[in-house]
Amino acid sequence: MTVSPMIAGAAARPVARAFVPGNAWALARRGLVYVLLSVAAFLSIFPFFWMMVGATNTSAEIIKGKAWFGGALLTNAATFFAQVDAPRIFWNSGFIAVVATALTLAISSLAGYGFEMFRSKIRERIFGLLLLLLSIPFAAMMVPLFVMFSQAKLVNTFASVILPTVASIFIIFYFRQATKAFPSELRDAAKIDGLKEWQIFLFVYLPVMRSTYAAATIIVFMTNWNNYLWPLIVLQTAENKTITLILSALTSAYTPDYGMILFGTVLATLPTLVIFFLLQRRFVEGMLGAVK
Amino acid sequence: MAQARLDRREQITGWAFIAPALILLGLFMIYPIVWSLWMSFQVGKGMNLSFGGFANIVRLTKDPVFLRALGNTFTFFIFQVPIMIGLALLFAVALNDSTLRFRGIFRTAIFLPCVTSLIAYSTVFKSMFATDGIFNQALMAVHLIASPISWFGDPFWAKVAIIIAITWRWTGYNMIFYLAALQNIDRSIYEAARIDGVPAWARFRYLTIPMLKPVILFTTVISTIGTLQLFDEVYNFTAGTGGPSDSTVTLSLYIYNLTFKFMPSFGYSATVSWVIVVLVGILTFLQFLVARDRKIKQ
Repeated sequence: MTVSPMIAGAAARPVARAFVPGNAWALARRGLVYVLLSVAAFLSIFPFFWMMVGATNTSAEIIKGKAWFGGALLTNAATFFAQVDAPRIFWNSGFIAVVATALTLAISSLAGYGFEMFRSKIRERIFGLLLLLLSIPFAAMMVPLFVMFSQAKLVNTFASVILPTVASIFIIFYFRQATKAFPSELRDAAKIDGLKEWQIFLFVYLPVMRSTYAAATIIVFMTNWNNYLWPLIVLQTAENKTITLILSALTSAYTPDYGMILFGTVLATLPTLVIFFLLQRRFVEGMLGAVK
Repeated sequence: MAQARLDRREQITGWAFIAPALILLGLFMIYPIVWSLWMSFQVGKGMNLSFGGFANIVRLTKDPVFLRALGNTFTFFIFQVPIMIGLALLFAVALNDSTLRFRGIFRTAIFLPCVTSLIAYSTVFKSMFATDGIFNQALMAVHLIASPISWFGDPFWAKVAIIIAITWRWTGYNMIFYLAALQNIDRSIYEAARIDGVPAWARFRYLTIPMLKPVILFTTVISTIGTLQLFDEVYNFTAGTGGPSDSTVTLSLYIYNLTFKFMPSFGYSATVSWVIVVLVGILTFLQFLVARDRKIKQ
């Protein structure tokens, strides 16, 4: 049973297929699957292509639907850099995203580890409450949060953008789920060797769970890099704004200069694309681990 | 688990690990939520608030923009979520076939949209939806439409454009959850069904769907929460207006405008935000109910 299909398959399959009527149907269906997936992949990729093409065309060409590379790349770049203090804006976005990601991973992985490793009745209750809070939309805390930060005179600071995001219930949940797969023998062995709990976390848990951290890094970095509504509320002066806010402001113009805007969009999307492709394998592993 | 009872020291360590997160969540989440619930019963301008009882709830029922926003948000929810979940399932099932060629490429391509920021992709889509733009040209080339659609000049097509855009952005994201779940299903079940002559559609209907039910429920709940909070795309597409003539204004956009654009009325905007909370609660409950109902029937 284990050997025969291989032998039969290798020799007979290509010939046999064409002659059995049932296989013709299977073949047609297979073709249909390829067509479906190709169309889906094309539609998914096209806007990326469009964005890059658009960065090389003038605004007039873009809204006329020109879908091939043009010669306006340098003009678009010049206009973009003239209107936007790019180094400053990208520094703002990068600083916020990197600091927020580091803090979120630290605080949320500690909590995920804590909830899973040290179970007690009260902590399980708290965890249940947190999961319930996960379904409360940001809109319901936005107004008081803004009032809090303006009373603390922290509006228009990076701290006001970062602080509300660093204890993420979703990431705590994610780390708790992943911790279930952490071999408890490792912890026991480390304990016998006389390591303290914080040492176990730092020197045993952290290296073992690097896939989980990698996946969480992608999720959290992208969330922060792309965050819009809350920064829109608290970042009020031009020199503190993030690239997301600037792009949106440029798009809101009465006659937006799409060539220049799409050039900026390429720049803004590049970091997340690079991180995704660098960590893609880890990311899929991490996602699969979380759902299991 | 071997932890029937933790000793005193381990109890303290347990609290220490979760304390930073709990403090931050308390300060930046639980406290604002409780405060906004309290605020939603207050009336007045800016921070000059006084207790108004149910005045805000009465105001809701007479507020045409709120009713508009509620209706729009529901329209987005009812059309967008099923289309997206259906497509994501279809792609996941197609990609789950290990004999398929270029699987990795297809999977990456379909997943790729969700690495873009909501603002970046809605900017790109806005330029594609221009009246003489690529989207209309493509639709005219395949003879789906005879003359160009003014996507953001028409209340109906503006909604369609937003639904198309959101579906593009989120289908791959949901697909990954289904793929992950499908890979955990024991292959031998499918083999057995195939040998017994169960046709493909029946395997999908009576094997795949029931086994994926928990994940489908999870993604539906997540998508519901996301759709009810719809803000970035609409704000960016319509330059913050929710136009044409309020046809795309969503609850979140209305809350934003109430708080930061119009005369600030914190109390009333808090009330609108609790409408979202209540809706999420009701819809999640209904989805759980539907999921459980089917299980009993089978």
